[in-house]
Amino acid sequence: MALFSSHNVSIKGVAACVPKNKELTKDYTLFSAEEHDLFVKSVGIEERRVAPFEITTSDLCFHAAEKLIKDLDWKKEEIDCLIFVSQSPDYFLPATSIILQHRLGLSKNTMAFDVSLGCSGYVYGLQLIASILSVGQIKKGLLLVGDKSTLSTHIEDKSTYPLFGDAGTATAIEFDKNASPIYFNLQSDGGGEDAIKILDGAARNTVRDDTFDIMEIEPGIKRSRRHLILKGIDIFNFALKEVAPNINELFRFSNIEKEKVNYFVFHQANKLINESVRKKLKVLDVSKVPYSINHFGNTSSASIPLTMVTQIKEQLQKSNTLLFSGFGVGFSWASCIFETDKIYCSDLIEI
Amino acid sequence: MVSIEEFTSQLAGEFEDIDPSTITPHTNYREIKNWSSMYALIIIAFVDANYDVQLNAENLKNSQTIKDIYDIVVSKQS
Repeated sequence: MALFSSHNVSIKGVAACVPKNKELTKDYTLFSAEEHDLFVKSVGIEERRVAPFEITTSDLCFHAAEKLIKDLDWKKEEIDCLIFVSQSPDYFLPATSIILQHRLGLSKNTMAFDVSLGCSGYVYGLQLIASILSVGQIKKGLLLVGDKSTLSTHIEDKSTYPLFGDAGTATAIEFDKNASPIYFNLQSDGGGEDAIKILDGAARNTVRDDTFDIMEIEPGIKRSRRHLILKGIDIFNFALKEVAPNINELFRFSNIEKEKVNYFVFHQANKLINESVRKKLKVLDVSKVPYSINHFGNTSSASIPLTMVTQIKEQLQKSNTLLFSGFGVGFSWASCIFETDKIYCSDLIEI
Repeated sequence: MVSIEEFTSQLAGEFEDIDPSTITPHTNYREIKNWSSMYALIIIAFVDANYDVQLNAENLKNSQTIKDIYDIVVSKQS
């Protein structure tokens, strides 16, 4: 079982960057008035940020990182590790993390690599960087996480287009002998690979003659083979079945009681899914479960840090017990729980 | 397990802007006014939360009426 405890590392700060460009659910012409109302009430999304052509995930993460480094008064030469978690890299190769090392002006002694994960990616990324830093050789690291999901959604696909928003984030992690342990539970099930998928463009199918042909899959769903497929019922059942047991296992492993948790910061998948998870965990106090989905949509791996920055920035300035849980594409899901002294959150950046 | 009538009335209460009195056990739920695929998720959430039963995509595909769903829940509970 991928249960871990990482010692001597603490999250010092978090920053998030979103595109200025806003799209409102009420302006989505494929929805009838009734569909709009039901979507806003059950899925919970009123508006999302959509990046223009020239802005990529790495741009959003770059601005988040620059601001965070400045706000924390970190020296760039002290940062020796950079991990970029995304499924919307700049290129097939080289890895975007390496481009970001140079663009941010970090030293050539920086270890940098990409991780290809979506909704679970923030927690997976935290586990990786915490493991690297806990050894004590490297003192400071940056975890850059996000996606430009709107790159892959087709405007005539009602099952994906109104759901996703773009965001990039930066998290500053430091070796800290006084830090409380961070406990993790990481899981995978590739049996769910077809539930959220882009078929063409990479090595299995490459680009074919029909890759860009727009096909009607069912009424209200038109897309090509390079667009995102989302099977809502399969994803919902996966989340109902797996997320709460993963978190309950983490409570047992960490010996931290559920009642001690101040904030359950969940991946912002869909309000109906997240509320179902909350009820399964028997968390009755809704103020412990912050949401950013109404203003930003499902922001893939960026959703947990974006929710921290936009919803509980002030509350994170004091000591808390936090639980993060990310779940989705893969299927891949992961949770972590820890006590924190103080996490600095930069103001939200808009570009 | 509750009666089919009780189950129908509970489920009808989950649907937004629909007069519950128009829903019977024999209502084809896909023909409910303004039906959309989001209702499928609402049905799944309702059944999971109240009866601890998971309805998969296949179950929904093979069912037409509220009674069909009730029967699946009963069979999965036993």
